[in-house]
Amino acid sequence: MASTANVGLAARPARAVGGQADVVAIRVAIIALLVVVWELASASGLFYRDVVPSLLAIGTALVKVLANPEFYHHLGVTLLEVGAALAIGGTLGLLVGFALGGSRFLSQAFEHYLYYLGPTPKIIFFPIMIMWFGVGPASKVAMGTLSCFFPIVLSVASGMRQIDPVLIRVGRSFKASRWQTAIKIHLPAMRAPILNGVRLGLGVAIIGTLLAETKLSNVGVGYLIMQAYSVFDMPRMYAMLIVLFTLAIGANALVGRLAGPAAARRS
Amino acid sequence: MATQHSTQSSWAAALFGFAVLVAATCVVEWMLRLGLLNRYIVPLPSEVMLSLPRIVIEEKIAGAFATTFLECFYAMLLVTVVGILTGILLYRFTALRAATETWVAAAASAPIVLAYPLFLVVFGRTMTTIVMIGFIAGLPPVILKTLEGLAGTRRVLVDVGRSLKLGAWQMFAKILLPAALPTVFVGLRLGLIFCLINIVGVEFLINYGGLGQVINDRAERYDLAGTYAAIGFVILTSVLFFIVTERIERWLRPQT
Repeated sequence: MASTANVGLAARPARAVGGQADVVAIRVAIIALLVVVWELASASGLFYRDVVPSLLAIGTALVKVLANPEFYHHLGVTLLEVGAALAIGGTLGLLVGFALGGSRFLSQAFEHYLYYLGPTPKIIFFPIMIMWFGVGPASKVAMGTLSCFFPIVLSVASGMRQIDPVLIRVGRSFKASRWQTAIKIHLPAMRAPILNGVRLGLGVAIIGTLLAETKLSNVGVGYLIMQAYSVFDMPRMYAMLIVLFTLAIGANALVGRLAGPAAARRS
Repeated sequence: MATQHSTQSSWAAALFGFAVLVAATCVVEWMLRLGLLNRYIVPLPSEVMLSLPRIVIEEKIAGAFATTFLECFYAMLLVTVVGILTGILLYRFTALRAATETWVAAAASAPIVLAYPLFLVVFGRTMTTIVMIGFIAGLPPVILKTLEGLAGTRRVLVDVGRSLKLGAWQMFAKILLPAALPTVFVGLRLGLIFCLINIVGVEFLINYGGLGQVINDRAERYDLAGTYAAIGFVILTSVLFFIVTERIERWLRPQT
């Protein structure tokens, strides 16, 4: 749902005004403050039982979750769904993005529809996906596909238009064929926008797939979260959310690193 | 002459795009009528069109729209106050900024909406849950853009303020804030988009009030045409909303 988290929100490198030591000290202080506030809130009895469990309880639940083989079965299903969604949505996004980026006419004809449809909440399409693909993993893959298609197609189309024309002219002067131009010029020049699109697409594919799992599913991490919610096992729910956020942010950072600094600047 | 040709060509392209959409809809209608597509899965597009007025009346769309609008309004009120103040705070204390700016940027890309069951436990199945998710989703862009706007104030303007011996408050009110406003509005627009996406999504997921619930209600009644029409209505509303906010942002952006 946070599919538009791509619009110029990358943090610029922090200026070392206060010095690196100050920065580390402030970070440690903030984390320590949060831990203290959390533990006080947990012990205060101001909240319903276990709404704010102690960090020890969350840590114990996290260990239990990670030690449970059943969790890995559900995680595997979710990862497969996200992977399939990214593969299908990414391929479609690349093809359509190349077509729109390569033709001014097609871009003017269709790109504004994609541009405005991109930020709409995709989860509202879930009832249609259930009707089309059933209640099993296929509808979750379809949700992920739909979610990741838009950022990838827009990123690829925009990247295609930004290829330095000099490179294309150099290719022509060397009498490069259409195929050689695509392989030797377009693809290398498009590395950053493609990977940036994949990074954004991966983030929203994870969200789309997991939200669909929380809405209607009997397998996957989203289902486990809802199961923990329905039996009010709060430490387990916190533990799974921690795993989920770590995986989502980790995957995002990994693809971002592959894309390199150029892509980070673009985002 | 070249500009005129370019405008004509862009109109032709837009017309072509629209014609393709209409043709695709007609093909689907034709395939459904011929039984090539299953009418229990895909309703006739003409039925969907006819369902729109029914949805508006039966589902009291105006009320649902007002609920979503109210949730967005409350969330954006919080986002504006907290986001801008935090942005100013981070601008004022550079060490704090250096320590936390990357965290705020990470929060902007974090899948916060996935924690909605947690919000349900804390705030219950109420409007507060939806508002709080909208608030947290919309906050990072406003903080980052406020910070960017203030930090990007042209050096010469600050120097003019100093030469006029403006106090800290005067410098902020007369120089920094006006210079940062266009960028702050970009952040507010992004925050509003994040808010709306998450609010409608959570309304649908927890089936509580607003436009998201309209879709859920229709789907649960297996009113196929109604479900498609409700989704179409929400998309239309979102698209109109994005167009309007984009125009406002463009209008506020200084001409270069």
